[in-house]
Amino acid sequence: MMGFDGYNTDGFYDEMFESDGSPRPAVQMLVERIESFPEGELTRRQIAAEHALLRMGITFNVYADEQGIEKIFPFDLIPRIINAKEWNWIERGLKQRIHALNLFIDDVYHDQKILKDGIVPADVVLSSERYLKPCIGLDPPRGIWCHITGTDLVRDSDGQVYVLEDNLGCPSGVSYVVENRQLMKRTFPQLFGMSQIQPVEDYPSHLLNMLRYLVTDRVSSPEVAVLTPGIYNSAYFEHSFLTQQMGVELVEGRDLVVMDGFVHARTTKGFERIDVLYRRINDDYLDPKVFQPDSMLGVPGLMDVYKAGRIALVNAPGTCVADDKVVCSFVPEIIKYYLGEDIIVPNVPTFMCWEDTDRKYVLEHLDELVVKEANQSGGYGMLIGPHSTQAERQEFASRIKDNPRNYIAQPTLALSRVPVLIDDHFEGRHVDLRPFILYGEDIYVLPGGLTRVALRKGSLVVNSSQGGGSKDTWVLSDSV
Amino acid sequence: MLSRVAESIYWMSRYIERAENVSRFVDVNLHLILDMPVGIQAQWEPLVATTGDDEVFAERYGETSREAVIRFLAFDTENPNSIVSCLRAGRENARSIRENISSEMWEQLNDAYLLVTNTSEQWAMTEPHEFFREIKLASHLFMGLTDNIMSHSEGWHFSQLGRLIERADKTSRIVDVKYFILLPSIWDVNTPFDDIQWGALLHSASGFEMYRRTYGLIAPDDVVAFLLLDREFPRSVLYCLTKAEESLHAISGTPLETFSNSAEQRLGQLRAEFAYAQVKQVLSSGLHEFLDAFQTKLNSVGDDIHKTFFALRPVNGEFTEEEPLL
Repeated sequence: MMGFDGYNTDGFYDEMFESDGSPRPAVQMLVERIESFPEGELTRRQIAAEHALLRMGITFNVYADEQGIEKIFPFDLIPRIINAKEWNWIERGLKQRIHALNLFIDDVYHDQKILKDGIVPADVVLSSERYLKPCIGLDPPRGIWCHITGTDLVRDSDGQVYVLEDNLGCPSGVSYVVENRQLMKRTFPQLFGMSQIQPVEDYPSHLLNMLRYLVTDRVSSPEVAVLTPGIYNSAYFEHSFLTQQMGVELVEGRDLVVMDGFVHARTTKGFERIDVLYRRINDDYLDPKVFQPDSMLGVPGLMDVYKAGRIALVNAPGTCVADDKVVCSFVPEIIKYYLGEDIIVPNVPTFMCWEDTDRKYVLEHLDELVVKEANQSGGYGMLIGPHSTQAERQEFASRIKDNPRNYIAQPTLALSRVPVLIDDHFEGRHVDLRPFILYGEDIYVLPGGLTRVALRKGSLVVNSSQGGGSKDTWVLSDSV
Repeated sequence: MLSRVAESIYWMSRYIERAENVSRFVDVNLHLILDMPVGIQAQWEPLVATTGDDEVFAERYGETSREAVIRFLAFDTENPNSIVSCLRAGRENARSIRENISSEMWEQLNDAYLLVTNTSEQWAMTEPHEFFREIKLASHLFMGLTDNIMSHSEGWHFSQLGRLIERADKTSRIVDVKYFILLPSIWDVNTPFDDIQWGALLHSASGFEMYRRTYGLIAPDDVVAFLLLDREFPRSVLYCLTKAEESLHAISGTPLETFSNSAEQRLGQLRAEFAYAQVKQVLSSGLHEFLDAFQTKLNSVGDDIHKTFFALRPVNGEFTEEEPLL
């Protein structure tokens, strides 16, 4: 028998256990089930699950060389469970946030009322490298800019959940949510029978409905395509998976051509018009005629077609201005301004280095804070104060002084933990949560999302590029 | 269907078929060598010659030996036609279109690739029969899934086209290379040794048993007729050309016996040439010359397929040309 007897929460908030070691009410059944497994059974199932991932080719590329070293995105069998009450609160908070952010993005590319009213400093927005001048005055179909968002949430030691960042560019990971669930159903069929777990398998349907909703003219059967940078992209599996599940085309830039004012795909039967493009390449690479001139990934002339309203791009170019971490810190004010509401799920407190008082504080407390570049993601360009060396702190101090606009700092949160199977026992590892939000006819939040786990002992970095793995996330229904 | 997707399906099938052909061919020759009388030099050169990569081999390895040939044909990642390279290329093509093929097909191909990359050369050297059998089975499974799970629509026809053109090419090469090696032993006709040699040629195309049912006794002319001109044996050149032509017309929608593009025209001419050929005439006018010309024409068909379906140019748009994924 394998149990949680020796498991210690080490003073962190544990998603599964109270501080006295007793299981939280929502996980009672899971704990009992796991403890009823014979010796070695869980390890055996873990190995079988990893083998299945490799066989299915659910991998990401480590090096883009000829041999293409592929690794599976590590997966841990112990799910992270969220009770219905807490999930309802998160869901409301995310809908509120996305609603307001969409109004904000539309505003900064049109009348800029929020800037004129002084709610968000104009130079913070206009100086952002993600504010795209070619998008000024554009009206995306149905007025929606941020169709797909993967907002990162974290929980601090006192149990409070915060928003860390929004990821409005090309958030990835949703395919793992769906695949992890399928794997878990194979691994723990009885548990699924007993628990009321909200399904996630219908995400591709919601996604397709949203994409088709964007075609406003009278196209009876709109052609939807997913634009990928190609098989060497680390998220290629996801591009392919979503396309397959939606039954649409997966295209690369070289498949597309602008002709007669529309975007067409080259097919064996000639050219075929594309109406909606779910693009998984960044703004910079979309159209070499407007953005990066040497981009081979995009389509020359795409922005002209987009401006003429003859193709929908998802997310709309320019959306990422709200991803700038400095802009992000104003979300409470943004929500208040457009919706007249208080923010439901709060932001992580943020110090802005471009403000003198904040910068002074940051520079004096580098060993306690997490410092981030305003426009970096994936765990890069980051200083984790408590884990840093003197030399690293000095380097960041000079970088902050050189370019204060480009840096923010946040307190080092003691991220909550979840048990992880390590060899033959359990150890706590830090996690975050990335729910996925779709904005189409209405705003939809996929129940749960991707729980990323920092598999290295003590590590706070959950990114897959930095030794992170994932877990299935169970949102329980109201009745439980 | 996207041109790029069609092209990837076509090459995916070609590479899997190529891996299977190389496996079968090496396997058969390993067995054949066991049956050779003592004192006869083991013939490794023809094995490499069949793949058309003899020059690359000579440059890289020099001497032909059992180990060098197996390594070159099975595991050499720098040989683009080795089994491991073919499976990798087939899998990379499949990976770029996995939303177009079924998950089962992808998983099967991925399994085959993992099998080769996880197999130690040592094991393949000591148990070559087991190893090559696994590769052949993997290919058969993949083809079986393609036939039974994939809709027989455009994508499937491109898969057929790739597979059949590759197979026609390989069968013709096997006949070309082996026929001339076997001819000097013509005075051994009707000896067990001769039977074994010609039998091995048939085995190389998995045609031994079907040949026996059709012709009974083994005779060089009949073997050539069977492998090149038989209308029913699925690895004969004529059969491959006929079925490839059917798929080509299914893709374009043009009725058979007519043509709407150069690929159809050339393939039709080539098929007709084989359909109305007689083995005696082929042999008397020179088998090697006949097969050499055939391979050139088959390459032209491949080029025309590329031009017609994969390399569509926009009339008044802009786009950047890129190398196809190999």
